Amino acid sequence: MKAFLTRRKSLLVAASAALALTLSACGGGGTGGGTNPSPVEKPSFAAGSTMEKLSSAGKVTIGTKFDQPLFGQKGLDGKPVGFDVEIGKLIAAKLGIAADKIEWVETVSANREQFIKQGKVDLIVATYTINDKRKAEVAFAGPYYEAGQALMVNKDNTSITKPEDVKGKNVCSVTGSTPASTIVEKYGAVLVPAATYSACLEPLRNKQVEAITTDNVILAGFVNKEPDAFKLASEETFTKEPYGIGVKKDDTEFRNWINDQLEGFAKDGSYKKAWEATAGAVIKTAPELPAIDRY
Amino acid sequence: MDVIIESLPQYWDGFLRTLFLAVVSGIIALVVGTLLAAARVSPVAALRGFSMAYVEVVRNTPLTIAFFFAAVVLPRLGVTFQQFEVAAIIALSAYTAAFIAEAVRSGVNSVPLGQAEAARSIGMTFGQVLSLIILPQALRTVVPPLINILIALVKNSSVAGAFFVLELFGYGKQLANDHGDAVMWVLVGVAFFYLLITVPLGYVAHQVERKVAIAR
Amino acid sequence: MTSVLYDVPGPKARRISLIGSIVGVLVIGGLLALAIVTLAQQGIFQAQRWAIFGQADVWSLLFNGMSATLSAAAIAAVIAFPLGLLLCLMRISDIAWIRVPTRIVLEFLRGMPVVLMMLFVLLVFATSSFVAVVAGLVLYNSAIFAEIIRAGIQSLPKGQREAGLAIGLTSFQSRLSVELPQAIRRMLPSLVAQLVVLLKDTSLGYIVAYGELLRAVQVMADFLGPQFLFPVFFVAAAIYIAINLAVSRLAIWIERRGSKKAAGGVAKAPTAGVSTVVK
Repeated sequence: MKAFLTRRKSLLVAASAALALTLSACGGGGTGGGTNPSPVEKPSFAAGSTMEKLSSAGKVTIGTKFDQPLFGQKGLDGKPVGFDVEIGKLIAAKLGIAADKIEWVETVSANREQFIKQGKVDLIVATYTINDKRKAEVAFAGPYYEAGQALMVNKDNTSITKPEDVKGKNVCSVTGSTPASTIVEKYGAVLVPAATYSACLEPLRNKQVEAITTDNVILAGFVNKEPDAFKLASEETFTKEPYGIGVKKDDTEFRNWINDQLEGFAKDGSYKKAWEATAGAVIKTAPELPAIDRY
Repeated sequence: MDVIIESLPQYWDGFLRTLFLAVVSGIIALVVGTLLAAARVSPVAALRGFSMAYVEVVRNTPLTIAFFFAAVVLPRLGVTFQQFEVAAIIALSAYTAAFIAEAVRSGVNSVPLGQAEAARSIGMTFGQVLSLIILPQALRTVVPPLINILIALVKNSSVAGAFFVLELFGYGKQLANDHGDAVMWVLVGVAFFYLLITVPLGYVAHQVERKVAIAR
Repeated sequence: MTSVLYDVPGPKARRISLIGSIVGVLVIGGLLALAIVTLAQQGIFQAQRWAIFGQADVWSLLFNGMSATLSAAAIAAVIAFPLGLLLCLMRISDIAWIRVPTRIVLEFLRGMPVVLMMLFVLLVFATSSFVAVVAGLVLYNSAIFAEIIRAGIQSLPKGQREAGLAIGLTSFQSRLSVELPQAIRRMLPSLVAQLVVLLKDTSLGYIVAYGELLRAVQVMADFLGPQFLFPVFFVAAAIYIAINLAVSRLAIWIERRGSKKAAGGVAKAPTAGVSTVVK
């Protein structure tokens, strides 16, 4: 009993460390494992650029998910935590904006393009997979992380080790998500839709579905919470989901600037620290920044 | 527009599943609802109390909570089903039965007192009074509200799309995500299939209402 | 108790009724006990699972969920009612090119699931989920209100309208000053019943990711862990039922007060307890 509580608490600490009001004097990563990147003092940007506008306004609106474990998930205090949130904070810091001046807006998969086009957010960091169809509507900086779709099965399941094995079987995923479409269209599974990922856990436990499919990091989070119940069907992912930062389509200046910042984060270790403070609780080794796609 | 034509198989599959949920839940709800209404007016105090409590609680519970209970909580209690539709049907029937019970009860109340008195005065028992005299007459007043309840049931089946059943609404969400550029058309298609059921039903209800009004 | 459906129970009937009641209570009680025991075996009642309710932030999240539910309902109600009035006037207008399109639009709005309308607004107009929930609720409920008020106007004695026209009011003025007030007072129970339905429908916001109570609960359970699912769900369900019961009781109280005033009228007004206009 006591051990279980401690593990729960440590996960909570890791997840909310990003929000921890660690008053660390030095920039970059905080001492307590949280990141509260210090804003750059008096940054200067080209006149009329988006960076300059945001910087002089002193605040930025970032769209993110509120229901994706480890990337953007609303905590108990109503603010999101996760790797996406950390990337957003790092970018804001480079604009000279402190983490508490960021306005976080929930963007769901379906309305991300609209939110950018209508200027409701300045940028979007929300497990936003880059693809050509979306490039017609918005521009992407990054990718800053390469996820992949994976399958999670019960610990004792030996029949499913690769995606082709799910043909004709019940697979649970979130209604209206891309992994859901892929598993049906490419691999012929029978889709069992759910409102959230965690809603899929019970049917899997009760063997009413044979697998859950979504991005590997989210599944790893579930496996980590209950390693005796679940496992990933295989370590490999069967799609490539490069997550990008969405900005207005014609804002090439902003996009290039963000790309430069991302490369900077990889070099100065803040990317690694951001990972370790959030998704690192589940996947210990921080990934490398993928090759930035400057198109 | 082409989106709708391309996705016709999915629309159709979802439409059939919605129809299935609605018809099966409707039949079960009609039976259970009528039983509840009978319990409400029966001489057995416990049945009366149970019926009143059930109707009161269920009518004040949002449908999503009922679905959540049937699809998520019940399995935790050990009651699992091989088919997810079963959980959806349980939630929908249990929910709709309460409204049907109320509609039937008001129908029973609308039958003139003299009918029941006459029936009793010739010696009929409670069961005979109800089944031979009251309910057939009550049915006439009760049919339009019943049809409205069934229309609502068809619409309520859309909630199943968030609880493991891939019916019309669930397909709508999937297709909307797949075709992000033609979302409006996708949803118009979904609306069309719902209207395909609800508009004729509404028309039928209207006709029955007019016939009933004349008959009195 | 006496009823017209059966004789006053004699001693034998009372005994049978008593036995029936006892058996009924035992059966229902037995089922409940079974459920509780099963839950207990799964450790649902362990103190640590419910200990989270000692935390202030859990309660503040529940409170936020509740106020999200109530605020969406309140704003939707405030917009839907005048809009419903307007639609009703258009629906019974004497001018055909207003009446017919309105009728078609109303049929559409009443025939579609509310959650579909919410999704439509969310995706097509790219609004926040709050706006989508309110818009969906407004669209649907204004159509229902329009129908309720129309039924009210049609249930008025024809003499009312005739008198209004006879003293020189135009059709529109007659509607406004003579028929509508009476219709609304007559249909008040149905209108209030529909408000309760509106309140319940805010929970559909769960499906479009609006942070109403059920969603707040799910997010909490996601964050805290699946073993907390049952306790938080139970509390959320209890809160929902309590709020709805309170509003329903308010509806019945309003009806009682109203029926003392508007005791007149040829046809019997429907009661709030019986909702013939349904969800």
